[in-house]
Amino acid sequence: MSAYIASIVSVIGINLILALGLNIITGFCGQVSLGHAAFYGLGAYTAAYLAKLGAPLPITLLAGTAMAGAIGVVVGLTSLRVRHDFLAVTTMGIGFVFLGFVRKQKWLGGELGISGIPGSGLDAIPYALLIAAFAIAVTVFSLWIKRSWMGFTFDAVADDEDAARTVGVNVSTYKLTAFGIGTALAGLAGGLYVYFARIILPDTFDFVQSIAILTMVVIGGTGSVWGVFAATIALTLLPEVSRAAADYRLLIFGALLILVMRFSPGGLAGLLKRKPA
Amino acid sequence: MSVLARIDDLHVSFGGVAAANGVSFTVEQSEFLALIGPNGAGKTTVLRMVAGILRPDSGRVFLADRDVTDLPAHARVRLGLGFTHQIVRPFYSFTTIENVMLAAGHERTENPWRAIASRSRLEAREKARAVLERVGLGPQAELSPRALPLGQRKRLEVARAIALDPRLLLLDEPLAGLSSAEATIMADLVRTLPAQGITVVLVEHNLGEVLRVADRLVVLDAGRVMAEGAPQEVMARADVRQAYTGVV
Repeated sequence: MSAYIASIVSVIGINLILALGLNIITGFCGQVSLGHAAFYGLGAYTAAYLAKLGAPLPITLLAGTAMAGAIGVVVGLTSLRVRHDFLAVTTMGIGFVFLGFVRKQKWLGGELGISGIPGSGLDAIPYALLIAAFAIAVTVFSLWIKRSWMGFTFDAVADDEDAARTVGVNVSTYKLTAFGIGTALAGLAGGLYVYFARIILPDTFDFVQSIAILTMVVIGGTGSVWGVFAATIALTLLPEVSRAAADYRLLIFGALLILVMRFSPGGLAGLLKRKPA
Repeated sequence: MSVLARIDDLHVSFGGVAAANGVSFTVEQSEFLALIGPNGAGKTTVLRMVAGILRPDSGRVFLADRDVTDLPAHARVRLGLGFTHQIVRPFYSFTTIENVMLAAGHERTENPWRAIASRSRLEAREKARAVLERVGLGPQAELSPRALPLGQRKRLEVARAIALDPRLLLLDEPLAGLSSAEATIMADLVRTLPAQGITVVLVEHNLGEVLRVADRLVVLDAGRVMAEGAPQEVMARADVRQAYTGVV
């Protein structure tokens, strides 16, 4: 494996963890989130800060995951009060609050972010394999949730919260669990990104990044693990395949979103599995 | 018979208008109680307060001597209080049997930790199939609820509630919108529940079917209990006939 391939594997792995995390919140549990990049950033900043203090990789990854998950649960509390488009706007606001905060914090590097982050202790190829292992573990974990009673209950909450309550489901707890797991995974992706890039900038975690992650979920098919898996790999590789695709990445992502919404709201998974609702 | 539920002095107002104004009654174990009254009497409001969907301004609700007034609806379901909506609310993304399976496996969904550790749906599927057979929806098990006519959707709603193994089942106008043949099927179905250990409180406008299936009536008028007792006795009262039918 060349360093270039290792780099692509790392980016795909990080994007898979991000997209599958958002898929748990939006795809499984039906809670719209337009601020996923903020939790990616929370994990990254936490891990980077601790790494610069000398904390080893397992501790920084764990701390980044825990920090993003904890704040994710707090943000998830808003989902108990607002739904649908109001929740979308609220989570979008969380992303702007995060960016506005880190950009003004000198101890977090302000606009310049954090640089000079120590290495993971692994070379590029073993580190890429470590990220790939995490991505596979997250995929297996997603499949486990989907096929467990948690996935069944998430489906019910996504379908009709009030009906879910009449069969004894504590809707609030399940929503917060989805937010906790999904945002913790974003934090894990952020921690892994830190040792891959060795520098973090606020703009890496902006609204466009949130939309890019959401695009992977929507194009794959919200709620479908394999659909999101395939779409994430395809959309991550797209800029590598063609220079034009790299230059017009946002335009292509936007056009794909519109086409999917128009012709196959169920995404790739919906195309393959046309069954009556 | 012992008291299964006690509704004690419930009050609730909407914009200064009292929808329930000191409603009190008891529900005996294994009885079929019908809550009747003219439009706007507060029947559904009271049922929603008992179910935990609506919070009373004051008053208490007891289930088997336990004060459940401050518990949310899902927690009351866990204590054995089932509820069906006046307007059916199936999970449209599920098949008919999956709708009932979620209720049949309610022990596994008590909290997310238990839910994530549980995978097998076989037991819940078998129980759900048995419940669907019981309500006459066996052949429709694998269909989407969208494919079911209203009468069958109403039976699905009841099946989902039965699958929770409730001690007390609150039925909010299960016959509304049904043809007389469908209403008779539904009434015949729910009248069998007390014999299966499920106490029923029914809110219903179809007086003919109510008088056919109920053991006891509670009559509400303007947010108050006007009368209660055996159906024939209650319906013989002049004040009830006047309030309910407008005929003295």
